[in-house]
Amino acid sequence: MAINYYQPLYEVMRDRDRCIKCRACERQCANEVHSYDEECDVMISDSRQCVDCQRCVSICPTNALKIANNPNTFRQNSNWSQQIMTEVYKQAETGGVLLSAMGNPKEYPVYWDKILLNASQVTNPPIDPLREPMETKVFLGKKPKNVKFNKDGTINTDLPPTLELSTPIMFSAMSYGSISKNAHESLARAATELGIYYNTGEGGLHKDFYKYGPNTIVQVASGRFGVFRDYLEAGAAVEIKMGQGAKPGIGGHLPGAKILEDISKTRMIPMGTDAISPAPHHDIYSIEDLRQLVFSLKEATCYKKPVIVKIAAVHNVAAIASGIARSGADIIAIDGYRGGTGAAPTRIRDNVGIPIELALASVDQRLRDEGIRNEVSIVVAGSVRSSADVVKAIALGADAVYIGTAALLALGCHLCRSCQTGRCNWGIATQRPDLVKRLNPDIGYKRLVNLIHAWDHEIKEMMGGMGINSVEALRGNRLMLRGVGLTEKELEVLGIQHAGQ
Amino acid sequence: MKKVYVNEDWCLACHLCEYYCAAANSGAGSMIKAFAGGKKPIPRIKVEEGSGINFAVQCRHCDEPACVKGCITGALSVKDGVISCDESRCVGCYTCVMSCPYGCIVISEDSSVIQKCDLCLKNNNGEPACVKGCPNGAIVLEER
Repeated sequence: MAINYYQPLYEVMRDRDRCIKCRACERQCANEVHSYDEECDVMISDSRQCVDCQRCVSICPTNALKIANNPNTFRQNSNWSQQIMTEVYKQAETGGVLLSAMGNPKEYPVYWDKILLNASQVTNPPIDPLREPMETKVFLGKKPKNVKFNKDGTINTDLPPTLELSTPIMFSAMSYGSISKNAHESLARAATELGIYYNTGEGGLHKDFYKYGPNTIVQVASGRFGVFRDYLEAGAAVEIKMGQGAKPGIGGHLPGAKILEDISKTRMIPMGTDAISPAPHHDIYSIEDLRQLVFSLKEATCYKKPVIVKIAAVHNVAAIASGIARSGADIIAIDGYRGGTGAAPTRIRDNVGIPIELALASVDQRLRDEGIRNEVSIVVAGSVRSSADVVKAIALGADAVYIGTAALLALGCHLCRSCQTGRCNWGIATQRPDLVKRLNPDIGYKRLVNLIHAWDHEIKEMMGGMGINSVEALRGNRLMLRGVGLTEKELEVLGIQHAGQ
Repeated sequence: MKKVYVNEDWCLACHLCEYYCAAANSGAGSMIKAFAGGKKPIPRIKVEEGSGINFAVQCRHCDEPACVKGCITGALSVKDGVISCDESRCVGCYTCVMSCPYGCIVISEDSSVIQKCDLCLKNNNGEPACVKGCPNGAIVLEER
């Protein structure tokens, strides 16, 4: 087009004194930003194609590259920001729905950062996790109201099936298709080594990964891709996906171009066809319908596996969770509005749903008020960014957390939020064989294991500081939390006091 | 003996090993200095690519090395399984270049002597520069 209504977001800066023209940047950029002009012996960059994934910066052997924000600015306007204007130009050009990837990047409040943790001083002793035992093991699933014993001391109560986690962290649902096989393998191997679980997402389970079944949560979503007997039997638990934090109320669409042979076999759909997950499950229009699917899946797995129901955090989440708890589900997973995605309409991602902190607090309170908290475990997702967020989530009432974005960061993702293009330079959100091989699972799984070990150490340190020696004793312990800079209403919803109180 | 191996599944053909190798053996001390002023030091590792398969090749340190057998001056020798070249004895006849079945022996910048991988034992890199610099763990130093 002769007129460029909007300008590139980034500027590729090359320090010519440092550049040795090794062309690694050129070879590693799937967006074809860099090129070498042999005639002039010079490296050229086309900033217009750059998505700021930082791949070239990361591999440049002489640190010659920097990606900076393009200093070019439209006339300052607090109402019509440059981004909003650019989006209008793009839509005027294409007539299409704007697509985005990963979680909501807007400046909404992050409640994790407005909550502070307690520590023991004088009147109760802190615990040193390096010297004293500290328990981060948790069990997810229904907990019996009471336990009966036989005369010989053995338990005489039917214990419902549970998931045992060595630490209260799991890898959230990311389908094979939305992420690469190597990314999946990294997650599966890490979960197995760590004694936690990863989640297949809605894309079925690749035949090579059945061996990781004991550490796999298999998902049943509205598209029902890849769901059959062996799939359900392979997993340690079955998750029904009702919604996703990044795009509540809408389904999914994996373009036909990504449905290559392996994915078509795994998803059980013809090669090259679009994989469309409908917005609703066409057989679920009520809690009673949900109950039918929960029990169909339990029946299919001989009541040996817990069933998880995953929903997006939306306005009436507490009542919805109460319904799910009564539907027979063992675990409720709630995904906040910051949750990631491989592709979502920008307007939905940025404007639909509620913060996970508030959703979690209100769900936990509602289930406790109704006396059914023991009927379900609560797993929260949607931007758990650090071990501190994990500790705060548990103190607000969660049993465990799902991490997706943090796990992808461990694998190299730099949150350029361009997954929908399928040209992930880090080999994560792509199916192009030359890009997929950039993620070596031998390296990837170790980085994931390192991350969770690091968080586990930090969780123990924080719990120890509070004088608490197990996750079980921290759960729902909101007295350990104080808010800063929050309104009365926010504190009321979170069920915590303000700092200084 | 530990040798350098390449797993073609993970080789991305980024060619960075070539640059890390050339810089390490240039004696310049840094990558920028090694290539400063348009210099092009020659690497002892070469990435072969095409048809979707890529792999880096350098001296295999063969048990029965044709290069050592063919060397007319005794510049090439095997010590503890590592084949290295005494450049003061090399006369640049290139017999080894022609006899190496892997094409792993290269000619120096001024064409006077040959150069080959000696597992970075002669420079101060510590471990083979290609192994250290590979961004995807495709090049490994291990016992097989």
